[in-house]
Amino acid sequence: MASHKESIIREPLITGKDITYAKITNDILRPVENMPGKAWWIGFIISSLGALLWVFAVSYTFWYGIGSWGLNKTVGWAWDITGFVWWVGIGHAGTLISAVLLLFRQNWRNSINRSAEAMTIFAVICAATYIVAHMGRPWMAVYSLPLPNQYGSLWVNFNSPLIWDVFAISTYFSVSLVFWYTGLLPDIAAIRDRATGLRQKIYSVCSFGWTGSVKTWQRFETVSLILAGISTPLVLSVHTIVSMDFATSLEPGWHTTIFPPYFVAGAIFSGFAMVQTLLLVARKVLALENYITMFHIESMNKIIILTGSIVGVAYLTEFFIAWYSGVEYEQYAFINRATGPYWWAYWTMMSCNVISPQLLWVSKWRRSVTFSWVLSIVVNIGMWFERFVIIVTSLHRDYIPSSWAMFYPTWVDVSIFIGSIGVFFTLFLLFIRVLPSVAMAEVKLLLKGSSEQAKMKQILDGHEKPAEVGFYKESLNKFDSVEMADYEKI
Amino acid sequence: MSSTKFILGLFDDPDDMMHGIDKLQKNSVPIYDVYTPMPIHGIEAKLGIKPSRLGYAAFMFGCLGGTVVFTIIYFTMVHDWPMNIGGKPNFAVPDFVPITFEWTVLYTAFGMVATFFYATHLFPGRTPRVMDFRATDDRFVIAIDAKGNIPHADITNILKDAGAVEIKHNDRKYVSYE
Repeated sequence: MASHKESIIREPLITGKDITYAKITNDILRPVENMPGKAWWIGFIISSLGALLWVFAVSYTFWYGIGSWGLNKTVGWAWDITGFVWWVGIGHAGTLISAVLLLFRQNWRNSINRSAEAMTIFAVICAATYIVAHMGRPWMAVYSLPLPNQYGSLWVNFNSPLIWDVFAISTYFSVSLVFWYTGLLPDIAAIRDRATGLRQKIYSVCSFGWTGSVKTWQRFETVSLILAGISTPLVLSVHTIVSMDFATSLEPGWHTTIFPPYFVAGAIFSGFAMVQTLLLVARKVLALENYITMFHIESMNKIIILTGSIVGVAYLTEFFIAWYSGVEYEQYAFINRATGPYWWAYWTMMSCNVISPQLLWVSKWRRSVTFSWVLSIVVNIGMWFERFVIIVTSLHRDYIPSSWAMFYPTWVDVSIFIGSIGVFFTLFLLFIRVLPSVAMAEVKLLLKGSSEQAKMKQILDGHEKPAEVGFYKESLNKFDSVEMADYEKI
Repeated sequence: MSSTKFILGLFDDPDDMMHGIDKLQKNSVPIYDVYTPMPIHGIEAKLGIKPSRLGYAAFMFGCLGGTVVFTIIYFTMVHDWPMNIGGKPNFAVPDFVPITFEWTVLYTAFGMVATFFYATHLFPGRTPRVMDFRATDDRFVIAIDAKGNIPHADITNILKDAGAVEIKHNDRKYVSYE
């Protein structure tokens, strides 16, 4: 059947009264069909200034070379690869929400998957720019591809994790883009059918002629399911391969078998934090409180506790194994991280990533929008420092003490990093302006079964057990978008 | 002779629409197609639409991708220019696994989505063949080919009984054409 009753003890996924299919379309398309408000413009101006800073700093790098960065002979990788791994990691949450949660039939993903996937794509774009920029001579990027050339042909080395990374990141980006755009087709068609004039023509081209006939939907669902099925191992493989860039080297501090699962958990951790950073603001500014509810926020916070704890265990395991291995270089690398000249970076990482997510065990804080938002930023700072600690503290004290060095970023390093955040937010703000930030078709699927009004009807029908109704009513207390007065009489 | 080409039953509720399909089928009225703003589960069985075979296409594309990239790696690393890396074997299969996996996924995704677009006639710039503009918004539309399905008044009544909120007799098949 088109709809089914859902158990009353589950929290509603859509709140609010008198929600109809038309209201969902109207609510979600409001930012697309109207001129943006002041908040959007302020955000857009600030982020495009950041993007301009990025353009300038990257152009400067290309003109003068990588010497304009703070790198030296000992620390040959620093903010560039830190930024790269940070952005790729952030991207992982989008795929996790759209693919893994789809396979697990977690319907709460339906209202957050679209913007999370968009975030994935923009984050991977930012990551890819670091890869190209850190080559110094970006036109040499062509030699990372196995193309016939005048040197023999001299091929790429397929034994190298850096080449695996080229394939992994490009596959991840293009598959995510296809997944995202295919999912967008029905929603673009919805905009098209309401628009007139030039807007109608543009959205018509972008909608690929979508009609929503039975066969189209059937194929669409098959495609979504299979894409989810292949994206799940893909997303795990991507960060596994990123971690192998380090783990397959012989550098103390990098040469660790724990890296793949530890990096994947960290990636999901930072990705969900970024989803929170974006959605807690978007939900307010775009007035989507009924679709992105407190239940969604709390669920994401729970994933942050879980992945944050995995990361914490990984840090401790790493430390223990360094001692247990009996290798003095390994032991020194870890003691140096915690107590050496970069102790402050290490302890920033520890407090932001291990201690701060544990605060979410307190249900009151977990359900506070302000607290969740601040914490999501803390986590992102922590995850940036994690990559910085892994990369720079492992490199800066070489085997020969005479080549020991410190890393000092130049203004170019700093500008590229701040600029990449600007690029990311510019793309995201453009996205919420021209495309629906919530997957309308998928939210409409939830209306008859999992919405607050459907559950209210179920209660009023009077066939539910009073204990279960009581449990349900209690669970509604946490929602900031539910009018509790409606439930007093029943 | 009436100029009606298509009769559309517009429903505001998917369950009512499913009920409408049952009623039409009970009265032996053939259904041309159904347009909905969201996927309706169970409708394919009702309308006798066969399961999608896109999964088979996806599998074949995946096999192709894995084979292609493994062949490239074998050719470059083992056949064309074998390198002596610390005396280790050139045919280092474990090292070839990650990229073989990536291209299996890449070909599966692109091959399957391309097949989907090709089979469903979706491509950028295709003129949308829309029967009712609200079918992507909040209306669940059953379309009935008017030709041969007479009397039209009976069909209208069946749809109305089933709970259609609006019934349209369209002179044109697609309202999206100018």
